[in-house]
Amino acid sequence: MQNETKADVVIIGGGIVGTAIARELSKYQLDVILIEKQPDIAAGTTKANSAILHAGFDAHPDTLKAKLNVRGNAMYHELEKELHLDVKWTGSLVVAKTDEDMVTLKELLERGQQNKVPGLALLTKDEVLLKEPNLSKDVKGALWAPSAGIFLPFGAAVAFADNAISNGVRLFTECPAEKIVAEAGKVVGVQTPKGFIGCNYVINAAGVYADDISRLAGDDSFSITPRKGEYILFDRKVGNLVNTVVFPAPSKFSKGILVCPTVHGNIFIGPNAQEIANKEDISTSPTGMSEIIDRAQELLPNLPLREAITQFSGVRAAADCGDFVIRNSEFVAGLIHAAGIQSPGLTAAPAIAEVVAEILKLNGVELKPKPSFNSHNPKPIVFKELSLAEKQAAIEENPLYGRVICRCETITEGEIVAAIQQPCGAKTVDGVKRRTRAGMGRCQGGFCGPRVTAILARELNISVSQVRKESAESYLFYEKMPGDCEVTGHE
Amino acid sequence: MNKRLYDLVIVGGGPAGLAAAHSAKLNGAKNILVIERDRELGGILQQCIHNGFGLHRFHQELTGPGYAQRYIKLVQEHPEVEVLLDTMVLEVKQNKTVLAVNPELGVFEVQAKAVIFTMGCRERTRGAIRIPGKRPAGVFTAGAAQRMVNMEGYIPGKKIVILGSGDIGLIMARRLTLEGADVQAVLEIMPYSNGLTRNIVQCLDDYEIPLHLAHTIVAIHGQDRVTGVTCARVDANMKPIAGTEFDIECDCVLLSVGLIPENELSEEVGVSLDTKTNGPVVDQRRQTSLTGFFAAGNVVHVHDLVDFVSEEGEIAGKYAALYAQGKLPENYRTINILAENAIRTVVPQKIVLDHASIDPVRLFMRVGKPEEKLLVEVVGAQGKVLATKRLPIAKPGEMIVLEIPIDKFADAGEFVVVTTRQAVKA
Repeated sequence: MQNETKADVVIIGGGIVGTAIARELSKYQLDVILIEKQPDIAAGTTKANSAILHAGFDAHPDTLKAKLNVRGNAMYHELEKELHLDVKWTGSLVVAKTDEDMVTLKELLERGQQNKVPGLALLTKDEVLLKEPNLSKDVKGALWAPSAGIFLPFGAAVAFADNAISNGVRLFTECPAEKIVAEAGKVVGVQTPKGFIGCNYVINAAGVYADDISRLAGDDSFSITPRKGEYILFDRKVGNLVNTVVFPAPSKFSKGILVCPTVHGNIFIGPNAQEIANKEDISTSPTGMSEIIDRAQELLPNLPLREAITQFSGVRAAADCGDFVIRNSEFVAGLIHAAGIQSPGLTAAPAIAEVVAEILKLNGVELKPKPSFNSHNPKPIVFKELSLAEKQAAIEENPLYGRVICRCETITEGEIVAAIQQPCGAKTVDGVKRRTRAGMGRCQGGFCGPRVTAILARELNISVSQVRKESAESYLFYEKMPGDCEVTGHE
Repeated sequence: MNKRLYDLVIVGGGPAGLAAAHSAKLNGAKNILVIERDRELGGILQQCIHNGFGLHRFHQELTGPGYAQRYIKLVQEHPEVEVLLDTMVLEVKQNKTVLAVNPELGVFEVQAKAVIFTMGCRERTRGAIRIPGKRPAGVFTAGAAQRMVNMEGYIPGKKIVILGSGDIGLIMARRLTLEGADVQAVLEIMPYSNGLTRNIVQCLDDYEIPLHLAHTIVAIHGQDRVTGVTCARVDANMKPIAGTEFDIECDCVLLSVGLIPENELSEEVGVSLDTKTNGPVVDQRRQTSLTGFFAAGNVVHVHDLVDFVSEEGEIAGKYAALYAQGKLPENYRTINILAENAIRTVVPQKIVLDHASIDPVRLFMRVGKPEEKLLVEVVGAQGKVLATKRLPIAKPGEMIVLEIPIDKFADAGEFVVVTTRQAVKA
């Protein structure tokens, strides 16, 4: 990037929302730059959440959450094909264990019908246990939502970004917004450590930092309260314990701690909900772990704790108003917020992107379709899922597909190199993990970590000691220290 | 696909696989294929550049690569042993077809008459033991760190805390000290170390590295890179005791918290596993519950000395070779071996009797916790004592070996129990 760059629109934040907006805007003849402060996209809230495509019965009618959830859920059916997303339309259950819970289910059913969620049904105990035989026998009934699904949030963000970049959007990583510069109450650009980006429109998709970004422009109209949720992920070995997304009946504050499969055949439990002061606090805690284990055991009594492979936590970007904040700033012209995107934000993301495009249009931006726009990403090679003949063909084309780097997940060097070379390529070990699953298995990178590090160093043409785990300063290894090798005490 | 036929396919070219290949050749196997996923033979030995290997086998102190090289040479002397490096076995089928992949051959199948599993083990991770806190860079398993230091030439940190006093953790404490790093402490959740006594002395005591028994890490700190850990003493149930917390500043946490036999392939093909060892149930020939499938080394149970791994590889190699040639003596009886009292695990878990074998049986046992003045007894179903061994001290980290002539089992009944009692005179 030069010291001064120009664009029509700068999007701040490379999470699911920022990348979905980038992809949406790449359909039009606009010059768009997406800036992300970390070395890789999807490194904040997008990487650590429940990965659910919600059906949309939860939010109150008339909220943005309700409208955009149902719309977003429907949009993913098309996106799944265009961008080769890993989606499984498993459906979800909200499980009642008390009479009070049954009342809650009826409320959810009505709310869902008002929100136009398709196919909702109340199931009897027997019907629930037929679907999910491992659930607690205390179940009284459940709300069945067939349109819910599970997917890979970071996979979706990378796919959005890949497609956006292929269609002309520029991505600048390690490029935090330092200042939103306005003249006469109107945005003129964004100051970054890499230089000034002149633009007329800034879209604030900065997740938990959206209020801080807003304040950079002097707009103090909302605040984000980070709310942490902790998770435990289990080995694929026990992945058949549940087949659908299983929620407990919700409380006033939370959808509750769920038991849920992943698209890769693991299961996880979580999240709890804890308001925290520090937006960076993604630590896990013994109390949090016990809380989610206790709650999950109420749903799934035979929780296979021995098969836990990792724990993590993520932070929800909850706005003080309780709904999504998707609107023009009232303080600075040209600043558009896509903020407060907590659950069901992943589901809503593509719909949020449409709303943002609409706001730009209402602001007078001409959205001329780009004739060269290609809505499709090339299909990535996932070695493990290929037939024998396809595997053979892939290796003949590129022998690196014949070298397995990650043993637990059977990920080849070819896939890792492709992940680094794709338009929105991985620059870190966690970036490789998000794109390929290398290191996500039971050994958690014990074997492949050093090898992935070496491949990154080679492909990025940097030294091993410059390879990072995730964030800007998360270097993994040091050069050996120069040591004195003197022999003393000899005659 | 054109399947090549081998007498024997060995999955894994570490010490167990190499010993198995060598022994299979000596016992008449014609063509043997060793499949290794790494770029060279020798397995984890190649990263173990410290000494102390081979005292039993070669009566010399060798380094890991030195020990490996002896076996690599033995194997390379046999043209009948074919080795495929950089090759991953994707699947082993019950009909002994082995599906594998490498960059040169692509995906290919070979047909074996007998298969030996020698895949070794992997390290338990942070996630498996649920260490709370943040997830910055700088948390490594000790083995991964060892590979980086000894084979790739990078160090994982400069100020280090090690969790777990297993042998790899202890060795790495010394190794990183020699590389100029400050090893702050080794923490061990048990009230005793699981490492070999010689490693406690030579790796910690000699370098004045403190060992905190009955302690664990209750939080890892750091946003980008580890900045420190909070430790605490634990109670008898291994739960941290409130009020005992203290912080240690460091930029790196190494985990040496246990090894797990790597049995994904064996499990998929249907081999029965022992829930205590996490390895296959084997008889004294190292044959698993599936006929013609053998297993040896750390994939069966985690060893403390490579010499015993080689021994087990030789046994598996021999009997797999005999099986492949149709010469494995027919057995007429199976005797199950049960562990009792202080004994936690026994390998083999079964003895088979035939009319030809004269090889004595060596039982490899581990105690569940440290014991003093222990009398180990092997007792037949009718109460007849087959063998005894007196041990002044027994530790979980050190394997107990007991040799019993095979004919002793002839009238042992359906099972024998390996049990213990306090010895009056040790």
